[in-house]
Amino acid sequence: MSALLQLDGVEARYGPVKVLHEISLEVGRGELVAVLGANGAGKTTTLRAVSGTVRRTGDIVFDGSKLPRRPDAAARAGIAHVPEGRGTFSELSVWENLRLGAYTRRGSVKEDAQHVFEYFPRLEERKNQQAGTLSGGEQQMLALGRAMMARPKLVLLDEPSLGLAPMLVKEIFDRLERMIAQDGTAVLVVEQNAALALAHAARAYVLEVGHVVVSGPSEELRENESVRRSYLGY
Amino acid sequence: MALLDVENVTKRFGGIVALDGVSFTAEAGEIVGLIGPNGAGKTTAFNVITRLYTPDEGEVRFDGQSLLDVPPSSVVMRGIARTFQNVELFRGMSVLDNVRVGGDARHGEQSPEDVLFYVQLHSLRYRNASELPYGTQKRVELARALASAPRLLLLDEPAGGLSHEEVEQLGTFIKQMRADYELTVLLVEHHMGLVMSVADRVHVLDFGRKIAEGTPAEVRGNKQVIEAYLGADA
Repeated sequence: MSALLQLDGVEARYGPVKVLHEISLEVGRGELVAVLGANGAGKTTTLRAVSGTVRRTGDIVFDGSKLPRRPDAAARAGIAHVPEGRGTFSELSVWENLRLGAYTRRGSVKEDAQHVFEYFPRLEERKNQQAGTLSGGEQQMLALGRAMMARPKLVLLDEPSLGLAPMLVKEIFDRLERMIAQDGTAVLVVEQNAALALAHAARAYVLEVGHVVVSGPSEELRENESVRRSYLGY
Repeated sequence: MALLDVENVTKRFGGIVALDGVSFTAEAGEIVGLIGPNGAGKTTAFNVITRLYTPDEGEVRFDGQSLLDVPPSSVVMRGIARTFQNVELFRGMSVLDNVRVGGDARHGEQSPEDVLFYVQLHSLRYRNASELPYGTQKRVELARALASAPRLLLLDEPAGGLSHEEVEQLGTFIKQMRADYELTVLLVEHHMGLVMSVADRVHVLDFGRKIAEGTPAEVRGNKQVIEAYLGADA
Protein backbone atom coordinates (compact mmCIF):
# COMPACT_ATOMS: atom_id res chain seq x y z
CA MET A 1 0.00 0.00 0.00
CA SER A 2 1.20 3.50 -0.78
CA ALA A 3 2.36 5.89 1.92
CA LEU A 4 -0.19 8.04 3.75
CA LEU A 5 1.80 11.19 3.10
CA GLN A 6 4.26 11.72 0.29
CA LEU A 7 6.23 14.90 -0.42
CA ASP A 8 8.01 15.12 -3.73
CA GLY A 9 10.36 18.02 -4.47
CA VAL A 10 8.62 20.41 -2.09
CA GLU A 11 10.03 23.92 -1.84
CA ALA A 12 8.99 26.90 0.26
CA ARG A 13 10.18 30.44 0.81
CA TYR A 14 9.58 33.40 3.10
CA GLY A 15 9.76 36.45 0.87
CA PRO A 16 13.09 36.25 -0.95
CA VAL A 17 14.51 33.58 1.37
CA LYS A 18 14.14 30.02 0.15
CA VAL A 19 13.98 27.75 3.18
CA LEU A 20 13.08 24.35 1.70
CA HIS A 21 14.94 22.86 -1.25
CA GLU A 22 13.44 19.85 -3.01
CA ILE A 23 12.24 18.08 0.11
CA SER A 24 11.04 14.54 -0.50
CA LEU A 25 9.78 12.44 2.35
CA GLU A 26 7.02 10.02 3.23
CA VAL A 27 5.05 8.85 6.22
CA GLY A 28 3.30 5.48 6.26
CA ARG A 29 -0.06 4.76 7.88
CA GLY A 30 0.34 4.46 11.62
CA GLU A 31 3.99 5.39 11.39
CA LEU A 32 5.90 7.77 13.69
CA VAL A 33 8.47 9.71 11.68
CA ALA A 34 10.81 12.33 13.13
CA VAL A 35 12.38 15.40 11.52
CA LEU A 36 15.63 16.50 13.12
CA GLY A 37 17.88 19.45 12.48
CA ALA A 38 19.43 22.60 13.90
CA ASN A 39 17.55 25.83 14.48
CA GLY A 40 16.71 27.26 11.05
CA ALA A 41 17.11 23.98 9.17
CA GLY A 42 13.53 24.12 7.86
CA LYS A 43 11.84 21.64 10.20
CA THR A 44 8.90 23.87 11.11
CA THR A 45 8.52 25.01 7.50
CA THR A 46 8.30 21.37 6.39
CA LEU A 47 5.29 20.88 8.67
CA ARG A 48 3.80 24.17 7.48
CA ALA A 49 4.21 23.08 3.87
CA VAL A 50 2.14 19.97 4.61
CA SER A 51 -0.64 21.82 6.41
CA GLY A 52 -0.67 24.55 3.74
CA THR A 53 0.25 27.31 6.18
CA VAL A 54 3.17 28.47 4.05
CA ARG A 55 3.31 28.99 0.26
CA ARG A 56 4.87 25.98 -1.36
CA THR A 57 5.63 24.36 -4.68
CA GLY A 58 6.05 20.67 -5.46
CA ASP A 59 3.68 17.78 -4.98
CA ILE A 60 2.10 16.47 -1.82
CA VAL A 61 -0.05 13.36 -1.96
CA PHE A 62 -2.12 12.52 1.09
CA ASP A 63 -4.27 9.44 1.51
CA GLY A 64 -4.19 8.72 -2.22
CA SER A 65 -5.04 12.17 -3.55
CA LYS A 66 -3.22 15.36 -4.28
CA LEU A 67 -3.37 17.65 -1.24
CA PRO A 68 -4.71 21.13 -2.03
CA ARG A 69 -2.58 24.01 -0.78
CA ARG A 70 -5.22 25.41 1.60
CA PRO A 71 -5.00 24.89 5.36
CA ASP A 72 -8.74 24.17 5.68
CA ALA A 73 -8.46 21.49 2.98
CA ALA A 74 -5.58 19.87 4.85
CA ALA A 75 -7.60 19.91 8.08
CA ARG A 76 -10.65 18.36 6.40
CA ALA A 77 -8.48 15.72 4.76
CA GLY A 78 -7.47 14.56 8.25
CA ILE A 79 -4.29 16.45 9.05
CA ALA A 80 -4.01 18.08 12.49
CA HIS A 81 -1.17 20.54 13.00
CA VAL A 82 0.13 21.26 16.51
CA PRO A 83 2.20 24.35 15.89
CA GLU A 84 5.32 25.42 17.73
CA GLY A 85 4.40 27.74 20.57
CA ARG A 86 1.03 25.99 20.99
CA GLY A 87 -1.32 28.36 19.19
CA THR A 88 -4.18 27.76 21.59
CA PHE A 89 -7.05 30.23 21.60
CA SER A 90 -6.12 32.09 24.76
CA GLU A 91 -9.46 33.91 25.23
CA LEU A 92 -11.44 30.68 25.02
CA SER A 93 -11.80 28.09 27.74
CA VAL A 94 -10.01 24.76 27.72
CA TRP A 95 -13.27 23.05 26.82
CA GLU A 96 -13.98 25.45 23.94
CA ASN A 97 -10.49 24.87 22.57
CA LEU A 98 -11.08 21.13 22.60
CA ARG A 99 -14.44 21.49 20.87
CA LEU A 100 -12.82 23.55 18.13
CA GLY A 101 -10.47 20.64 17.51
CA ALA A 102 -13.49 18.60 16.45
CA TYR A 103 -14.88 21.37 14.24
CA THR A 104 -14.28 19.59 10.94
CA ARG A 105 -16.24 16.46 11.80
CA ARG A 106 -19.73 15.49 12.83
CA GLY A 107 -20.95 13.59 15.84
CA SER A 108 -20.43 13.67 19.57
CA VAL A 109 -17.35 15.24 21.07
CA LYS A 110 -17.92 14.10 24.67
CA GLU A 111 -16.34 10.71 24.21
CA ASP A 112 -13.31 12.16 22.49
CA ALA A 113 -12.92 14.76 25.21
CA GLN A 114 -13.02 11.98 27.79
CA HIS A 115 -10.26 10.27 25.86
CA VAL A 116 -8.18 13.46 25.97
CA PHE A 117 -8.82 13.87 29.71
CA GLU A 118 -7.52 10.34 30.29
CA TYR A 119 -4.30 11.40 28.64
CA PHE A 120 -4.16 14.77 30.38
CA PRO A 121 -6.12 14.81 33.67
CA ARG A 122 -4.89 18.34 34.31
CA LEU A 123 -7.03 19.55 31.42
CA GLU A 124 -10.18 18.17 32.99
CA GLU A 125 -9.38 19.97 36.24
CA ARG A 126 -9.00 23.18 34.26
CA LYS A 127 -11.85 22.59 31.83
CA ASN A 128 -13.57 25.93 32.39
CA GLN A 129 -10.44 28.00 32.76
CA GLN A 130 -9.34 30.44 30.05
CA ALA A 131 -6.59 28.80 28.00
CA GLY A 132 -4.40 31.89 28.31
CA THR A 133 -4.20 31.44 32.08
CA LEU A 134 -2.78 27.90 31.84
CA SER A 135 0.90 27.37 32.49
CA GLY A 136 3.14 26.89 29.46
CA GLY A 137 3.23 23.11 29.79
CA GLU A 138 -0.53 22.89 30.26
CA GLN A 139 -1.02 24.86 27.05
CA GLN A 140 1.16 22.30 25.29
CA MET A 141 -1.11 19.54 26.60
CA LEU A 142 -4.13 21.47 25.36
CA ALA A 143 -2.67 21.90 21.89
CA LEU A 144 -2.07 18.15 21.69
CA GLY A 145 -5.51 17.38 23.07
CA ARG A 146 -7.14 19.70 20.56
CA ALA A 147 -5.40 17.87 17.72
CA MET A 148 -6.59 14.50 19.04
CA MET A 149 -10.18 15.78 19.03
CA ALA A 150 -10.09 15.91 15.23
CA ARG A 151 -9.49 12.12 15.05
CA PRO A 152 -6.79 12.87 12.50
CA LYS A 153 -5.12 10.41 10.16
CA LEU A 154 -1.91 12.39 10.51
CA VAL A 155 -0.70 14.65 13.32
CA LEU A 156 1.99 17.21 12.59
CA LEU A 157 3.73 17.86 15.89
CA ASP A 158 6.13 20.75 16.25
CA GLU A 159 8.38 20.37 19.31
CA PRO A 160 5.95 18.59 21.60
CA SER A 161 8.52 18.54 24.42
CA LEU A 162 8.89 22.33 24.40
CA GLY A 163 8.21 23.65 27.88
CA LEU A 164 7.42 20.26 29.36
CA ALA A 165 9.05 18.82 32.46
CA PRO A 166 11.33 15.80 31.84
CA MET A 167 8.84 13.31 33.26
CA LEU A 168 6.02 14.62 31.13
CA VAL A 169 8.14 14.57 27.98
CA LYS A 170 8.55 10.82 28.32
CA GLU A 171 4.83 10.45 28.95
CA ILE A 172 3.94 12.42 25.84
CA PHE A 173 5.89 10.06 23.63
CA ASP A 174 4.43 7.02 25.37
CA ARG A 175 0.98 8.47 24.73
CA LEU A 176 1.83 9.10 21.09
CA GLU A 177 2.81 5.47 20.74
CA ARG A 178 -0.46 4.43 22.36
CA MET A 179 -2.39 6.69 20.00
CA ILE A 180 -0.62 5.11 17.04
CA ALA A 181 -1.30 1.59 18.28
CA GLN A 182 -4.95 2.22 19.19
CA ASP A 183 -6.13 4.55 16.44
CA GLY A 184 -3.58 3.95 13.69
CA THR A 185 -2.77 7.65 13.61
CA ALA A 186 0.44 8.59 11.81
CA VAL A 187 2.70 11.24 13.32
CA LEU A 188 5.28 13.51 11.74
CA VAL A 189 7.18 15.07 14.62
CA VAL A 190 9.79 17.82 14.83
CA GLU A 191 11.72 17.43 18.05
CA GLN A 192 14.80 18.99 19.60
CA ASN A 193 15.17 16.05 21.94
CA ALA A 194 16.66 13.84 19.24
CA ALA A 195 17.50 10.94 21.54
CA LEU A 196 13.89 10.70 22.59
CA ALA A 197 12.55 11.12 19.06
CA LEU A 198 14.83 8.40 17.72
CA ALA A 199 13.87 6.09 20.56
CA HIS A 200 10.23 6.26 19.50
CA ALA A 201 10.23 7.00 15.76
CA ALA A 202 10.45 4.26 13.16
CA ARG A 203 12.35 6.50 10.77
CA ALA A 204 13.80 9.99 10.70
CA TYR A 205 14.94 12.69 8.30
CA VAL A 206 17.77 15.08 9.15
CA LEU A 207 17.53 18.56 7.62
CA GLU A 208 20.36 21.03 7.11
CA VAL A 209 19.67 24.47 5.65
CA GLY A 210 16.54 23.27 3.91
CA HIS A 211 17.88 20.02 2.44
CA VAL A 212 17.37 16.44 3.57
CA VAL A 213 20.96 15.32 4.27
CA VAL A 214 20.38 11.97 5.94
CA SER A 215 17.35 9.74 6.31
CA GLY A 216 16.67 6.20 7.35
CA PRO A 217 15.49 3.92 10.12
CA SER A 218 16.05 5.36 13.62
CA GLU A 219 18.50 2.66 14.66
CA GLU A 220 20.70 3.47 11.65
CA LEU A 221 20.67 7.17 12.46
CA ARG A 222 21.59 6.48 16.06
CA GLU A 223 24.75 4.82 14.73
CA ASN A 224 25.51 7.65 12.32
CA GLU A 225 28.59 9.58 13.48
CA SER A 226 27.51 13.08 12.46
CA VAL A 227 23.98 12.61 13.78
CA ARG A 228 25.38 11.47 17.08
CA ARG A 229 27.72 14.40 17.42
CA SER A 230 25.21 17.09 16.47
CA TYR A 231 21.97 15.80 17.90
CA LEU A 232 22.62 13.11 20.46
CA GLY A 233 25.78 14.31 22.17
CA TYR A 234 27.57 11.02 22.81
CA MET B 1 23.47 40.87 50.79
CA ALA B 2 21.78 39.06 47.96
CA LEU B 3 21.14 41.01 44.77
CA LEU B 4 17.66 39.48 44.48
CA ASP B 5 15.72 38.47 47.56
CA VAL B 6 12.33 36.85 47.13
CA GLU B 7 10.84 36.43 50.57
CA ASN B 8 7.81 34.40 51.50
CA VAL B 9 5.89 35.30 48.33
CA THR B 10 2.35 34.06 47.85
CA LYS B 11 0.37 34.65 44.67
CA ARG B 12 -3.19 33.42 44.22
CA PHE B 13 -5.42 33.37 41.15
CA GLY B 14 -8.95 32.84 42.42
CA GLY B 15 -8.78 29.51 44.19
CA ILE B 16 -5.42 28.52 42.71
CA VAL B 17 -2.33 29.20 44.80
CA ALA B 18 0.38 29.63 42.17
CA LEU B 19 3.08 30.56 44.68
CA ASP B 20 2.75 29.51 48.30
CA GLY B 21 5.22 31.23 50.60
CA VAL B 22 8.18 30.90 48.26
CA SER B 23 11.58 32.30 49.25
CA PHE B 24 14.83 32.27 47.31
CA THR B 25 17.79 34.51 46.64
CA ALA B 26 20.32 35.19 43.92
CA GLU B 27 23.73 36.56 44.87
CA ALA B 28 25.46 39.01 42.53
CA GLY B 29 27.23 37.12 39.77
CA GLU B 30 25.41 33.85 40.36
CA ILE B 31 23.58 31.73 37.82
CA VAL B 32 20.56 30.38 39.67
CA GLY B 33 18.33 27.68 38.20
CA LEU B 34 14.61 27.51 38.89
CA ILE B 35 13.15 24.13 37.97
CA GLY B 36 9.97 22.17 38.62
CA PRO B 37 7.03 20.41 36.99
CA ASN B 38 4.59 22.19 34.70
CA GLY B 39 2.38 24.55 36.62
CA ALA B 40 4.81 24.65 39.57
CA GLY B 41 4.90 28.46 39.51
CA LYS B 42 8.22 29.17 37.78
CA THR B 43 6.91 31.66 35.25
CA THR B 44 4.65 33.17 37.93
CA ALA B 45 7.80 33.85 39.97
CA PHE B 46 9.30 35.65 36.96
CA ASN B 47 6.09 37.64 36.57
CA VAL B 48 6.17 38.67 40.23
CA ILE B 49 9.82 39.76 40.03
CA THR B 50 9.19 41.78 36.87
CA ARG B 51 6.05 43.17 38.55
CA LEU B 52 3.58 41.93 35.93
CA TYR B 53 1.94 40.38 38.99
CA THR B 54 1.61 41.84 42.47
CA PRO B 55 2.04 39.17 45.14
CA ASP B 56 -0.70 38.72 47.73
CA GLU B 57 1.90 38.33 50.44
CA GLY B 58 5.65 38.61 50.78
CA GLU B 59 8.41 40.89 49.65
CA VAL B 60 10.71 41.12 46.63
CA ARG B 61 13.91 43.12 47.08
CA PHE B 62 16.43 44.01 44.42
CA ASP B 63 19.73 45.44 45.55
CA GLY B 64 18.23 46.01 49.01
CA GLN B 65 15.17 47.94 47.82
CA SER B 66 11.62 46.72 47.54
CA LEU B 67 10.34 46.18 44.01
CA LEU B 68 6.73 46.15 45.08
CA ASP B 69 6.24 49.89 44.71
CA VAL B 70 7.92 49.88 41.27
CA PRO B 71 5.49 49.83 38.32
CA PRO B 72 6.17 47.12 35.69
CA SER B 73 7.29 49.69 33.14
CA SER B 74 10.06 50.90 35.47
CA VAL B 75 11.47 47.50 36.44
CA VAL B 76 13.85 47.66 33.47
CA MET B 77 15.25 50.98 34.79
CA ARG B 78 16.29 49.22 37.97
CA GLY B 79 18.41 46.86 35.90
CA ILE B 80 16.19 43.81 35.45
CA ALA B 81 15.52 42.30 32.02
CA ARG B 82 13.89 39.08 30.86
CA THR B 83 13.02 36.78 28.01
CA PHE B 84 9.68 35.01 27.64
CA GLN B 85 8.81 31.33 27.43
CA ASN B 86 6.66 31.76 24.32
CA VAL B 87 8.70 34.56 22.70
CA GLU B 88 7.17 38.01 22.98
CA LEU B 89 8.85 40.03 20.25
CA PHE B 90 7.31 43.03 18.55
CA ARG B 91 5.93 41.32 15.48
CA GLY B 92 6.39 43.11 12.20
CA MET B 93 9.39 45.02 13.53
CA SER B 94 12.95 44.31 12.42
CA VAL B 95 15.47 42.54 14.62
CA LEU B 96 17.33 45.81 15.10
CA ASP B 97 14.20 47.75 16.06
CA ASN B 98 13.27 45.09 18.59
CA VAL B 99 16.69 45.38 20.18
CA ARG B 100 16.51 49.18 20.06
CA VAL B 101 13.43 49.03 22.30
CA GLY B 102 15.63 47.40 24.93
CA GLY B 103 18.36 49.99 24.44
CA ASP B 104 15.98 52.95 24.59
CA ALA B 105 14.54 51.71 27.88
CA ARG B 106 17.88 52.51 29.51
CA HIS B 107 18.75 55.63 27.49
CA GLY B 108 21.07 53.78 25.15
CA GLU B 109 23.68 52.63 27.65
CA GLN B 110 24.38 49.69 25.36
CA SER B 111 24.55 50.08 21.60
CA PRO B 112 21.99 47.75 19.98
CA GLU B 113 24.41 47.17 17.11
CA ASP B 114 27.13 46.02 19.51
CA VAL B 115 24.74 43.65 21.26
CA LEU B 116 23.67 42.23 17.90
CA PHE B 117 27.30 41.53 17.01
CA TYR B 118 27.75 39.91 20.41
CA VAL B 119 24.85 37.48 19.96
CA GLN B 120 25.84 36.93 16.30
CA LEU B 121 22.66 38.31 14.82
CA HIS B 122 24.07 41.42 13.19
CA SER B 123 23.72 40.04 9.66
CA LEU B 124 20.00 39.53 10.31
CA ARG B 125 19.37 42.99 11.77
CA TYR B 126 17.02 44.21 9.00
CA ARG B 127 14.99 41.00 8.86
CA ASN B 128 11.45 40.94 10.22
CA ALA B 129 11.85 39.34 13.65
CA SER B 130 8.67 37.27 13.47
CA GLU B 131 9.83 35.50 10.29
CA LEU B 132 12.91 34.00 11.92
CA PRO B 133 13.16 30.45 13.25
CA TYR B 134 12.01 29.98 16.83
CA GLY B 135 15.48 29.48 18.30
CA THR B 136 16.71 32.62 16.54
CA GLN B 137 13.74 34.62 17.87
CA LYS B 138 14.75 33.56 21.35
CA ARG B 139 18.22 34.98 20.65
CA VAL B 140 16.64 38.27 19.50
CA GLU B 141 14.80 38.43 22.82
CA LEU B 142 18.08 37.84 24.60
CA ALA B 143 19.67 40.68 22.63
CA ARG B 144 16.77 42.98 23.49
CA ALA B 145 17.24 42.15 27.17
CA LEU B 146 21.02 42.69 27.02
CA ALA B 147 20.54 46.03 25.26
CA SER B 148 18.87 47.39 28.41
CA ALA B 149 22.17 46.85 30.29
CA PRO B 150 20.64 44.69 33.02
CA ARG B 151 22.29 43.53 36.23
CA LEU B 152 19.78 40.72 36.61
CA LEU B 153 18.72 38.69 33.59
CA LEU B 154 15.73 36.33 33.78
CA LEU B 155 15.76 33.62 31.10
CA ASP B 156 12.56 31.62 30.60
CA GLU B 157 13.42 28.36 28.81
CA PRO B 158 16.19 29.64 26.55
CA ALA B 159 16.94 26.16 25.17
CA GLY B 160 13.51 25.82 23.54
CA GLY B 161 13.74 24.90 19.87
CA LEU B 162 17.49 24.20 19.92
CA SER B 163 19.25 21.00 18.93
CA HIS B 164 21.61 19.21 21.31
CA GLU B 165 24.70 20.85 19.84
CA GLU B 166 23.10 24.29 20.04
CA VAL B 167 22.10 23.76 23.67
CA GLU B 168 25.73 23.02 24.50
CA GLN B 169 26.78 26.23 22.77
CA LEU B 170 24.07 28.11 24.67
CA GLY B 171 25.47 26.88 27.99
CA THR B 172 28.93 28.18 27.13
CA PHE B 173 27.38 31.39 25.90
CA ILE B 174 25.38 32.04 29.09
CA LYS B 175 28.53 31.73 31.18
CA GLN B 176 30.49 33.94 28.80
CA MET B 177 27.70 36.51 28.87
CA ARG B 178 27.67 36.55 32.66
CA ALA B 179 31.36 37.43 32.64
CA ASP B 180 31.26 39.95 29.77
CA TYR B 181 28.14 41.80 30.95
CA GLU B 182 28.65 41.27 34.70
CA LEU B 183 25.29 39.61 35.05
CA THR B 184 23.34 37.71 37.64
CA VAL B 185 21.17 35.15 35.87
CA LEU B 186 17.93 33.47 36.95
CA LEU B 187 17.23 30.53 34.64
CA VAL B 188 13.98 28.61 34.18
CA GLU B 189 14.73 25.56 32.05
CA HIS B 190 13.59 21.97 31.57
CA HIS B 191 16.72 20.93 29.72
CA MET B 192 18.49 19.38 32.71
CA GLY B 193 21.80 19.07 30.89
CA LEU B 194 21.87 22.83 30.50
CA VAL B 195 20.81 23.56 34.10
CA MET B 196 23.39 21.14 35.46
CA SER B 197 26.22 22.60 33.38
CA VAL B 198 25.62 26.31 34.04
CA ALA B 199 23.80 26.79 37.37
CA ASP B 200 25.69 27.50 40.58
CA ARG B 201 22.59 26.78 42.66
CA VAL B 202 19.15 25.38 41.87
CA HIS B 203 15.78 25.95 43.51
CA VAL B 204 13.00 23.43 42.89
CA LEU B 205 9.31 24.35 42.92
CA ASP B 206 6.35 21.99 42.97
CA PHE B 207 2.70 23.12 43.22
CA GLY B 208 3.81 26.62 44.18
CA ARG B 209 6.09 25.51 47.00
CA LYS B 210 9.82 25.23 47.21
CA ILE B 211 10.68 21.58 47.76
CA ALA B 212 14.47 21.67 47.43
CA GLU B 213 17.50 23.88 47.05
CA GLY B 214 21.17 23.15 46.48
CA THR B 215 23.92 22.62 43.97
CA PRO B 216 22.85 20.93 40.73
CA ALA B 217 24.34 17.63 41.95
CA GLU B 218 22.54 17.83 45.30
CA VAL B 219 19.23 18.61 43.67
CA ARG B 220 19.61 15.86 41.10
CA GLY B 221 20.09 13.30 43.89
CA ASN B 222 17.16 14.57 45.97
CA LYS B 223 14.46 11.92 46.27
CA GLN B 224 11.58 14.40 46.35
CA VAL B 225 12.87 16.12 43.21
CA ILE B 226 13.21 12.82 41.39
CA GLU B 227 9.66 11.88 42.30
CA ALA B 228 8.10 15.23 41.48
CA TYR B 229 10.10 16.23 38.48
CA LEU B 230 12.88 14.19 36.99
CA GLY B 231 11.37 10.72 36.94
CA ALA B 232 13.08 7.55 38.10
CA ASP B 233 15.51 7.09 35.22
CA ALA B 234 16.60 10.71 34.73
